[in-house]
Amino acid sequence: MKHASLISVFRRQGKQYIPDPRTAEVPGIFRGRPVITTASVDAVAVVACCPMRAISAEGGISIDLGKCAFCGKCARMFPEKISFTKDYHIATTVRENLIVRESVDAPIEFGPVPECAGIFKGSLKLRQVSAGGDNSCEWELGATGNVNFDIGRYGIEFVASPRHADGIVITGPITANMSRALQICYDAVPAPKLVVLCGTDAISGGIFNPEVSGLDGSNACLDRSFLDTHKVDLYIPGNPAHPLAIVNGLLKLAER
Amino acid sequence: MEPLYLKNSQPCRFGDIPVATDFREFADEARTLLSDSRCHCVNYFAFAAQDGIHLIMCIANDAEAAIAVFSHILTDSEVPSMQIEAVERFEREISENHGITFTGHRWPKPLRTTPDDYPFYRSDNEEHHEVGVGPIHAGVIEPGHFRFTCEGETILNLEIMLGYQHRGVEKLMIALPTIDQKSILAENIAGDTAVGHSVAFASNLESLSGFKASREMVYARTLALELERIAIHTGDLSAICGDVAYQLGNAVYGRLRTPIINYMQKWCGNRLGKTCVRPFEAPYKFTKALAEDLLKTLEAFEKDFNLMSRQVCHYPSVLSRLERTGSVKYEQALEAGAVGMAARASGLSRDVRKSHPYLLYSSDMETVVKHHGDVYSRTQIRIEEVGNSIAMVRKLIESWPFDETATQMAAAATPAMAPDTFVLSLVEGWRGEICHTAITDASGKLALYKVKDPSFHNWRMLELAVRNNEISDFPICNKSFNLSYCGHDL
Repeated sequence: MKHASLISVFRRQGKQYIPDPRTAEVPGIFRGRPVITTASVDAVAVVACCPMRAISAEGGISIDLGKCAFCGKCARMFPEKISFTKDYHIATTVRENLIVRESVDAPIEFGPVPECAGIFKGSLKLRQVSAGGDNSCEWELGATGNVNFDIGRYGIEFVASPRHADGIVITGPITANMSRALQICYDAVPAPKLVVLCGTDAISGGIFNPEVSGLDGSNACLDRSFLDTHKVDLYIPGNPAHPLAIVNGLLKLAER
Repeated sequence: MEPLYLKNSQPCRFGDIPVATDFREFADEARTLLSDSRCHCVNYFAFAAQDGIHLIMCIANDAEAAIAVFSHILTDSEVPSMQIEAVERFEREISENHGITFTGHRWPKPLRTTPDDYPFYRSDNEEHHEVGVGPIHAGVIEPGHFRFTCEGETILNLEIMLGYQHRGVEKLMIALPTIDQKSILAENIAGDTAVGHSVAFASNLESLSGFKASREMVYARTLALELERIAIHTGDLSAICGDVAYQLGNAVYGRLRTPIINYMQKWCGNRLGKTCVRPFEAPYKFTKALAEDLLKTLEAFEKDFNLMSRQVCHYPSVLSRLERTGSVKYEQALEAGAVGMAARASGLSRDVRKSHPYLLYSSDMETVVKHHGDVYSRTQIRIEEVGNSIAMVRKLIESWPFDETATQMAAAATPAMAPDTFVLSLVEGWRGEICHTAITDASGKLALYKVKDPSFHNWRMLELAVRNNEISDFPICNKSFNLSYCGHDL
């Protein structure tokens, strides 16, 4: 009896893995890479509608995905100007590439991979550090390893010890209380090593970025000085980043 | 002084909150109310007003569906601690934020600061050893420090040090100028409870503005809360199986979570339900097509979920790891002021949906209560609550007001908030009671915003649960609570 029902559990699962996460279709109304048309709109109003101050009007309307919370407010208010596509290939090695410009409907350029990236081709082990992350990006990073996304099939894995890691993945706006632990963890990773920022909070501070509140001064709870002294090798935008954005970013970084 | 009794999300003028002139009177009132097991402290905080620092106590009476609110204006920077376990963490917070000293406090440790020289509780016995874990943990999770005192493999004491995630949420909630920005912040308080915190936030803002949510919005919020519960409970079950090396459960529950969160994305564009709930609007309409899709998704989900759950609940090698592990007794849960699922696993029936109804919840709803307080109780609660939530979702869809047009208010028409007003909203997130409290100033702007995640109460439960357990069982104990670090640290 017990045995029979165990087999029925197995049988019912079928194939759960996504055959190719590079080309998989995202269901529903996923907000990935935005497209900005040349339609003429009140530029001041478009800039003002963004709660994250991610939209700029200098040289045409542009959206900085490193600041964007992907809330879709701009697309709801100005549907003729801005729309979000389902393109999840939005990770890049160059910060400036996250800025999507008017009338450009082309994939976000991934940029050059770091020199050392080639050696991680067959195996890329990463240590995740949550530094003020709200457990949404952590969740999605965890999901990359589940039976659906199964990033393990490419030899990419999150490991416990920084000694076993080839790099760190930072989530969250980097709180002052985590800044030292982050540095210690980074130092413990053997060189050559990679630094990956996952999520809007990590890339720009997100909603915790003092620039967003429009008030002068700084958020004393944050200490982002780690990013002043260390080169970032990969930016994965999102609030949180979608597992497919993460998987594809890491695959390209490992030149797979 | 008689406390003022408010309903969930019922606003009142700040000046109407009764003030105890004497601190002793204030403390005695709190002590009297809290001696009743149907009452618990939902919030206790300090508010720096023009006439001095107000201590404001909010005690929910679950039997009367009312929240007692009363205050005291401090005349001294030193007051005696109430020495009630469920209140002591609030006292630590007040002390840290306002420099008030609570004399006789049994454990005046920092709450959200992480000093290097903090003296952890330790044993002088040569046969005992310490194990320090974190702030960075082995998995892909948030940071916090755990200090174990062990005798051999047995944990004698666990002391938890949090604060690594402190981002300044409460100050930012006041500083951010627009409602859109505040909403995004509310979604980021704890990303795994984006819907729960958003509903509490929206309730507060709408109450302060005298705005009545449309029937469709009320339906949508109830649905989003229950879907969040189904998704996270399922994910937690996967993690619990993973921690006892039961790979089948880990994989099956793990993949079962996917269709639910993907469904959230189909509805609102975000797998965790961010942007699904916003004050004064329902940004993403719930259509008939979405309803049909959900019923199909749940039908497929339920079959596999039940089959898997039957396996888990009958598999001896799984049960032997879950049963009698990490037990918290009813008395301990009561003393610690536990809330939500963790309280219900120890026989303490606390569910805000039933006791302080809001949205479409009513006092006759069924809550799942278990009595062993062990990891298995917390596992069973999740399994049964998923079943109840599915039934609730089906009922919602049956009576959904599809014909009504959504009341979408443009940002410019957002009603102004009442000046000098106090409001408190309780929402049962999947972990338990979320409490958001707001006070407006004379111009109707937020002067104070307090956020309390259920984890604020329940971290103490984890410390109690692991005592006399093997240290190798710590991960499974921890996972069975799955508490929020960022929700606590703010």
